[in-house]
Amino acid sequence: MDWQTYFFAFLVGGGICFFCQLILDLTKLTPGHLLTGLTVLGGILGGLGLYDPLIKLAGGGATMPIISFGNSLAKGAIAEAEKTGVLGVLTGMFELTSTGITAAIIFSFLMALVTRPKG
Amino acid sequence: MPAKKLNPKQAAYQKKVKKYEPKPKALRNALLAFLSGGVVCLLGQALTDFFGAVMDLPPEKAATPAVATMIFFGALLTSLGLFDRIARFAGAGVAVPVTGFANSMVSAALEFREEGPILGIGAKLFSLAGSVITFGVVTAFIVGLIHAILPGR
Amino acid sequence: MGKKTGKQTFQFATPPVIIATGTVAGPFEGQGPLAEEVDVVLSDLRNGENSFEQAERSMLIQACRLALDHASRGSAEVDLFLAGDLLNQIISSSFTAATLGIPYLGIYGACSTVAEGLALASMILDGGFAGAVLVATSSHNATAERQYRYPTEYGGQRRPYQQWTVTGAAAGLLGYTGQGPRITAATVGKVVDMGCKDPLNLGAAMAPAAAETIACHFEDTGWDPDSFDLILTGDLGEIGFKLCREVLAEKNIHLGENFSDCGLLIYDREKQDVHAGASGCATAGLVTFGRLFRQFQRGELSRVLLVATGALHSPTSFMQGENIPCIAHAVRIEA
Repeated sequence: MDWQTYFFAFLVGGGICFFCQLILDLTKLTPGHLLTGLTVLGGILGGLGLYDPLIKLAGGGATMPIISFGNSLAKGAIAEAEKTGVLGVLTGMFELTSTGITAAIIFSFLMALVTRPKG
Repeated sequence: MPAKKLNPKQAAYQKKVKKYEPKPKALRNALLAFLSGGVVCLLGQALTDFFGAVMDLPPEKAATPAVATMIFFGALLTSLGLFDRIARFAGAGVAVPVTGFANSMVSAALEFREEGPILGIGAKLFSLAGSVITFGVVTAFIVGLIHAILPGR
Repeated sequence: MGKKTGKQTFQFATPPVIIATGTVAGPFEGQGPLAEEVDVVLSDLRNGENSFEQAERSMLIQACRLALDHASRGSAEVDLFLAGDLLNQIISSSFTAATLGIPYLGIYGACSTVAEGLALASMILDGGFAGAVLVATSSHNATAERQYRYPTEYGGQRRPYQQWTVTGAAAGLLGYTGQGPRITAATVGKVVDMGCKDPLNLGAAMAPAAAETIACHFEDTGWDPDSFDLILTGDLGEIGFKLCREVLAEKNIHLGENFSDCGLLIYDREKQDVHAGASGCATAGLVTFGRLFRQFQRGELSRVLLVATGALHSPTSFMQGENIPCIAHAVRIEA
C-alpha cells in the first residue's frame, strides 16, 4: 500500500460525488435516476475497457462508487462471452458482482428482522 | 409520459413559481459531498488493503470483500436510523458509493416489515435498488453481446 | 336558495358553534411554537403502537376523545362524525370511526380536510339534520413520507422548497347551540390546475387555489381583507405563501399584516430543519382547533377566514406525469 493510491482514492471518489451532488441540486433528477444513470455509464465504460485504468489509479475511489457495479457487470459478461460465446453473456453476468448483491440482500433481510424504522 | 401542453395562464404561473423557488446551496452541498465521498472511498481503500494483507489477495480481488463490508456499514447505519441524518449533510457523498445502494435496500426492507417477511420485506427489498440492477444488467448484456458477436474487438 | 350567496359561498342562518376541541401533536411538533396550544404532545412517534399507521390512528382516536371529554359528551350524543386523512382509502379516519361508533361520513380533501369538514358540518347543522357533529383529521410524517415519497430511513436530501409533514391529529365538536366561536359562512373551492407537476413543491401548486377561493369569498360576500383579524391559509409554506400573495395582488386584492399561513406557524424554522414549513392535514387542523380556538376563547380574535388548501394528486397520478390538481375551502369563523 502506498500513499498515492490513498490520495487518488480521496480525490477521485470525492470528485465523483462532487459532480453527482451538482447534478442532484441543479436538475430535478431524483437519486434513483442518478444512480441508474451511473450504473449504465459504468457498464459502457466497462465495455470500452476504460474503467479499469481508473481503478488501478484510485483504488477505493473507483471501486466504491456505484459506477463500479455497472463496470463489474459488463466485465463479468464480457469475460465469459470471450470464453464460451453468446451463452457466456448470461452465465458471466453476476460473476464479479454476486458478492455485493448477496451481501446486500442478506444484510437487508437480517436488519429488517431485528430493527424497526426510527422515523 | 404524456407531456400535456400548458395553457398561457399555466405557463405564466410556472414562470412565477421558478422565481420564488429557492435554489439549493449547490457549491456548499457539492463540497460536503466531495469530503464525505472522499472519506468513504478512503475507508474503502483501507479495507481493500486490509483484506489484501489478511487474506493474501491481489488488489482487484481484495476489493470484493471491501465492497461487502461497506455495504454492511451502510446497512447498519440505516437500521440504527443514522444514515438519513448523515445523508442530510453528505448527500451524494454517501448515496453514490455502495453505502447508498445498501441504504436504499435496507430502508425499503425496514419500511415494509409490518407487511410481513414475504410480501413485505421480500417483495419490497428491491423497490428502489431494482432499477439500478435492471439497467446495469441490460447495459452489460448489450455490451457483452457486442463483445461476443464482434470478433477481434 | 336562501343560504347561498354569490357563486360558491354559503351563509348560515344559525351559525354552528365550535363547542370543544381536542388536539394531539407529535414529538417534533412539540418542540415548536405551537406546543403550548395543543392538548397533548406525544413523547414517541409510534405512540406505543407497532406501526406508524396505527400510531396515526391512535392519535386521531385520542383527539376525538379529548374533544368529547372537553364538551362532557359521550360518543352516543354525537349525530355524525366527519373525518379524513392522507392515507390510501382514508384508513386512519375509518378505523377511528369504527372505534368511536358514531355514524360516519368519510371525506377526502387532502390537507384541506379540516375546512371541508367544517363547511359540511355547518351545512348539516344549519340544515337541521343534526345537533352535534364531530369533525376530525390527522396526518403522520412517517406514514405520509412512505406513501408519497421514500421509506423513512432512505437517505435522500430534501429540496429547500419541500415542506415537512406534520404529525398530529385534531378534532372539533360542532353544535347547533352553545358557547364558542361560530362558523358564519363557507366558500367551497373549485379544483385548480396551474400546471404544477413537482410533488415536492406542493405549496406552489396549491397557492392559486387558495387565491381563487379567497377572491371568490370576497366577491360573493362583499367583505374585504380589512374585515378580518386574520386570513389564514392552510399549508402553503414559505414559497406558496409568497405566490398566493402575489396572485391575489394581480387580482387587485392586497393582503396586509393580517395574512398568515398555518404552515409557517407549527415549527420554529430557525431551529427546526423543515425547509419551507409544515404541510399535511394536521397543519390546518392543529392551528384551527389548537391555537385559533384558544385565541377565540381568550377574546383575542373576532373574525377569521380559514382557507385550508389541499393537493389532490396521488402517488400514481404524479408518477404517470399528471399535473397536481389543488383545492381550497374557506370558512369564516366569528366570535
